[in-house]
Amino acid sequence: MTCKEFLAHLDDLIDDSVTAEVRAELETHRGRCTHCEVIFNTTRKTIEIYRSHEIYELPTSLRDRLHTAIMARCKKAC
Amino acid sequence: MPTIQSIAGELEPHPDVALIERVRGGDLSAYDLLVRKYERQLFRIAQHITQNREDAEDVMQDAFLKAYEKLEQFQGNSKFYTWLVRIAVNESLMRLRKRRTGKMVSIDEDIETEEGSVPRDLADWAPDPEQNYNQAELGEILRKTIQGLPQGFRIVFVLRDVEGLSTEETAETLGLSIPAVKSRLLRARLQLRERLSRYFHRKKAIKETGVGK
Repeated sequence: MTCKEFLAHLDDLIDDSVTAEVRAELETHRGRCTHCEVIFNTTRKTIEIYRSHEIYELPTSLRDRLHTAIMARCKKAC
Repeated sequence: MPTIQSIAGELEPHPDVALIERVRGGDLSAYDLLVRKYERQLFRIAQHITQNREDAEDVMQDAFLKAYEKLEQFQGNSKFYTWLVRIAVNESLMRLRKRRTGKMVSIDEDIETEEGSVPRDLADWAPDPEQNYNQAELGEILRKTIQGLPQGFRIVFVLRDVEGLSTEETAETLGLSIPAVKSRLLRARLQLRERLSRYFHRKKAIKETGVGK
């Protein structure tokens, strides 16, 4: 397997949507290629970081205000 | 009136189904529960697309109101949440168009870029690199980095990886084909990885020049 082929399967490997056979080939390549191992690990980490850090929080006060406004508009639309 | 299908399977209807039936029967308190359940997600999505807090507030309100008014049209062949997200994405794009005085805005914007499609920064990251920054600094880095992505990639990444929609749901929500979603997701992930590497790589990282094998 080449690095280009590895890259083409990167998302499937991260999302765990590869067959056992392809996974074995990808894992073998990872074991031999430091660059692809780094790309795999850092791409997976990128996703994890964005998933675990809420970068646009909705503060409680704003949430309450918006919630009240939404429900008032819906009530009006009844 | 169309019957809402079971989403999670024949035997186990999605919990939203019962709430929607109650709303259709005139119970506004059931809609209150749906709003509470999804308001944070909708606000985040709207903020990611509009990149403006006031616009995100307006989008969130308009999307929930529109969903309420059109609830009869929801046929239940997709999840309520996916349907709601589609409304919020459209409202966000309309809001952007207004801000740009009528100029068309689409999710295909600026995607003709090769940036990040071939990884260049191959230096490894520090273990738990986010620990090197405080919450505020990290938030700023993550915001700045994702805001720099072309819109067509950013929306796919947010829906698929941050909000947890499946590839199929993301495609349906954005009106894209599944191969288009997959292609954009890979490029979004690689571009973000590349940009975050500037902050997260080990101190003595050696920059390489690309995957050459």
